[in-house]
Amino acid sequence: MIRYLARKTLLYILTFIAAVSVDWAIPRVMPGDPIQGLMARFSVPSNAQQVQGLMSFFTEAFGFDKPLWRQYLGFWQSLIDGDLGPSIAYPGSAVTSLLLHAAPYTLALVVPATILSYVVGNRLGALAARRKVLDNTFIPAAYIFTATPYMFLAIMLVYILAFRINTGLPVSGAYAFSVQPSWTWEFATSFSAHWLLPFLSLFLVQLGGWAIGMRNMIIFELEADYANYLQALGAPTKLVRKYAYRNAVLPQMSGLALALGVVVGGQIVTEVVFGYPGLGQLIFTAINNRDFFLLQGAFLFIIVGVLIANFVVDLLYVVVDPRTRVGIQGS
Amino acid sequence: MSATPVLDTAKIDAAIDAGPQKYEGLRFALRNKKLVIGMGIVLAFLLVAIVGPWLTEATPYQFGFPTAEAPNTTRWLGTTDTGQDVFSQFVYGLRATFIVGSIAALVGAGIGMTIGFMAGYRGGVVDELLMMFTNIILVIPVFAVLLIVAAYLPPSNRGYVSEALLIGAFSWPWVARATRAQTFSLATREFVSLARLSGARSWQIIVREIAPNMSSYLVLVLIVLFGGSILFAATLDFLGLGAPNEVSLGQMLFNAQNQAAITRGFWWWFIPPGLAVTILVGALYVANVGLDEVFNPKLRET
Amino acid sequence: MSLDVENLRVYYRTLHGDVRALDGVTFSVADGEITGVAGESGCGKTTLGKSLIRLDGRMRYIDGSVTLDGTQLPLENDQAMNQFRFSEVSLVPQYAMSALNPTRKIGRIMTDLLASKGVDFDDIRPELIRRLELVHLDPDVLNRYPIELSGGMKQRVTMVLSTLLNPSLLVADEITSALDVSTQKAVSELLVEFRERKFVKSMLVITHDISVLTQIADTIIVMYAGKLAEKASAETIIDAPLHPYTQLLISSLPEVGVTYERDRLSGIPGTPPGLLNPPQGCRFRDRCPLAIDKCLEEPPFVEVRPDHWAACWRIDD
Repeated sequence: MIRYLARKTLLYILTFIAAVSVDWAIPRVMPGDPIQGLMARFSVPSNAQQVQGLMSFFTEAFGFDKPLWRQYLGFWQSLIDGDLGPSIAYPGSAVTSLLLHAAPYTLALVVPATILSYVVGNRLGALAARRKVLDNTFIPAAYIFTATPYMFLAIMLVYILAFRINTGLPVSGAYAFSVQPSWTWEFATSFSAHWLLPFLSLFLVQLGGWAIGMRNMIIFELEADYANYLQALGAPTKLVRKYAYRNAVLPQMSGLALALGVVVGGQIVTEVVFGYPGLGQLIFTAINNRDFFLLQGAFLFIIVGVLIANFVVDLLYVVVDPRTRVGIQGS
Repeated sequence: MSATPVLDTAKIDAAIDAGPQKYEGLRFALRNKKLVIGMGIVLAFLLVAIVGPWLTEATPYQFGFPTAEAPNTTRWLGTTDTGQDVFSQFVYGLRATFIVGSIAALVGAGIGMTIGFMAGYRGGVVDELLMMFTNIILVIPVFAVLLIVAAYLPPSNRGYVSEALLIGAFSWPWVARATRAQTFSLATREFVSLARLSGARSWQIIVREIAPNMSSYLVLVLIVLFGGSILFAATLDFLGLGAPNEVSLGQMLFNAQNQAAITRGFWWWFIPPGLAVTILVGALYVANVGLDEVFNPKLRET
Repeated sequence: MSLDVENLRVYYRTLHGDVRALDGVTFSVADGEITGVAGESGCGKTTLGKSLIRLDGRMRYIDGSVTLDGTQLPLENDQAMNQFRFSEVSLVPQYAMSALNPTRKIGRIMTDLLASKGVDFDDIRPELIRRLELVHLDPDVLNRYPIELSGGMKQRVTMVLSTLLNPSLLVADEITSALDVSTQKAVSELLVEFRERKFVKSMLVITHDISVLTQIADTIIVMYAGKLAEKASAETIIDAPLHPYTQLLISSLPEVGVTYERDRLSGIPGTPPGLLNPPQGCRFRDRCPLAIDKCLEEPPFVEVRPDHWAACWRIDD
């Protein structure tokens, strides 16, 4: 077990270093001068001195005036300080505070959606593996769900449930204009109402994938030698299914760690469609306004979040696969 | 003891050996409903993408049509706010989808298979290093990286090909893993040892002995990559990170979103592109399942 | 106990039609008898073994009856067969290496299985320990995961588990095929030991390797293309077989001390017929050096000498 976890920890540390380095390197590697691009955004002051001042501000912020290795170390330093720079799209705000403010909204959506779709999807997939009826109705639907791009499902939900049939569900923002974030009942209900559709959108697409995967794994496990042996010895179907399910969950759990990376994309576009004030919305704004600092910071936030989530899944995996505890390598 | 045998054994043996081997695979393939329907849909879309531009005299960028018109007999998919023909946008966008999807799939497959083969065949330190590298790329949320890269890439450098290269450059890890696993099991087989004994070099062995035995698996990989790349590209385009001067299905959704097509009820702006991507990718997945059944008889239901 | 198989037919459903893998076999196994079933690949011996325990996905029961200790086994009814499995008729599988759930400790697997059969693990534990020690396994093996055991150990574990409830009939399906020669000997001897200690009453040992059978079997049945060719005591089959197929089979066995210069190994030319559309009459007809016109009519499997059965027209010529 120690070996397994140590290996994973090493992987995550290396990944973090790689990601930070990539984050630092990209603006310096891409063709074109980011500062010029930024300058073009602001209405050019006729005063040459002001132009100079703006340029030096940006140069300093990027650190382009220093030698490369210093820039790199400086980048790490600012990370440790928790300073991710100033925002351009939201002048006057620090990137770090913007991200911290938006993160809870994103987490409120992505964590329940991913976990629930995983749990429910696995159950439904296992059921479909033994009920022909489900297999012929639900699984094809699952294929459609998993093939649907997140933003399209989001758009369709809005179109059908808000525009065509007026269910009264709100489709924009995280809470009504009149309400302020606070620990009140009013806020809670408003928040929930606004939360439902985006959650549904994220939930349904992932549900399809899990169900299909689980169904296939269960069928595979039921045909395995150990299942055949048990059945030859007269074991009841329930026991065989129980073993098959427990074994099928393992690769699914490995898949969960991988899926997290993909959900990021889904999260971003869903927030865009629903105007939800989370990290995704911030990123979208950052792209449109060429706010490089915000982008860089958001990227790091996402990386850290995904790495933490991966680690949590790895810990859970140790619990679920007894072989890892005995010192044998898991999957 | 030796009486004359009743039948000519030699002839019988020959007949048994000849057998209906030749077109058996094709027959199974054509019988498989999922494969046929799935591939049929994909080919239908491809046909529209190729032939489409000739069906409409308009180009996607051409202005001048009545604005915001619903679909009718002249403008099959209606028009946009600025008087552009949606149908031609759709058709050209479909083209873009196929181009980006195939390039990305080929790039991803190329990188992934190369790394997978090397790791699986060589083993040892090479394998460890390659796998660590693969795992790092695997863990990093692909999307986040694409976001950053695409955001920094000046619009002038963005085009179909660069988008496809980007997607391909980050979607290979699972291919590498899968290829490596298969290569491991094949590398220990006798025909490989034989090839090695006869002095063939590593890459020759991989290309001539191992890969052909995995060909069915590789086809499945390509199909899944193709589908995944299409989804990826559509999502990137939706965020405005695609090729700015080219039309694509994702971009149509981007425009629809930005111009509040939903609240204005202009369903023909977003339903055709979104539905097209969904159906196309869904058909690919289903065809993939069908193809898997053809290759692995065990999966077939009687 | 006794096993009576009467005209058993089991076919495989395929896209091209039914493969007549087991096409009407009739024989008996007496109490305490070890009967070996030998033949080429595809002769139906594995189908026979499987039919007695559990019909696979593609297998279809067509006709015939199997009576064990006076009770007819409901072969076609999977659910009904469950009460017989493990306690009356049991199986030691060919795939012992992967027969145990990799994510469960061996003791746990046994506990679960026994519990589902209404047997308390603690009750049977002493006996289980005794048997494990008999096959030279440390009782600690119950606390291990299958992956921690060697192939030979796993083989022995499955042998102990399969016979734990003292079944009347044990079917051993190609259990020595994947083993080296010395392990083969050890495992074969274990089988005989189990019979001596009355852990099992009778056995059906299925293998393509006749040499194993010569060591442990009382009776040998030779199968060909889904039908029985010959059945006699082990010595008779080896020393004085009557069916042409058996004769050729025995003569193609290498003999210790005989070198290439003295005598060449001869196989049997040709291949067994496909069973999708089996040939009319005796199925060995095409490869048999003794075939005559009469062989177009299927020879019955009859007792040609006391306790010696064969299906051939040319026996008494």
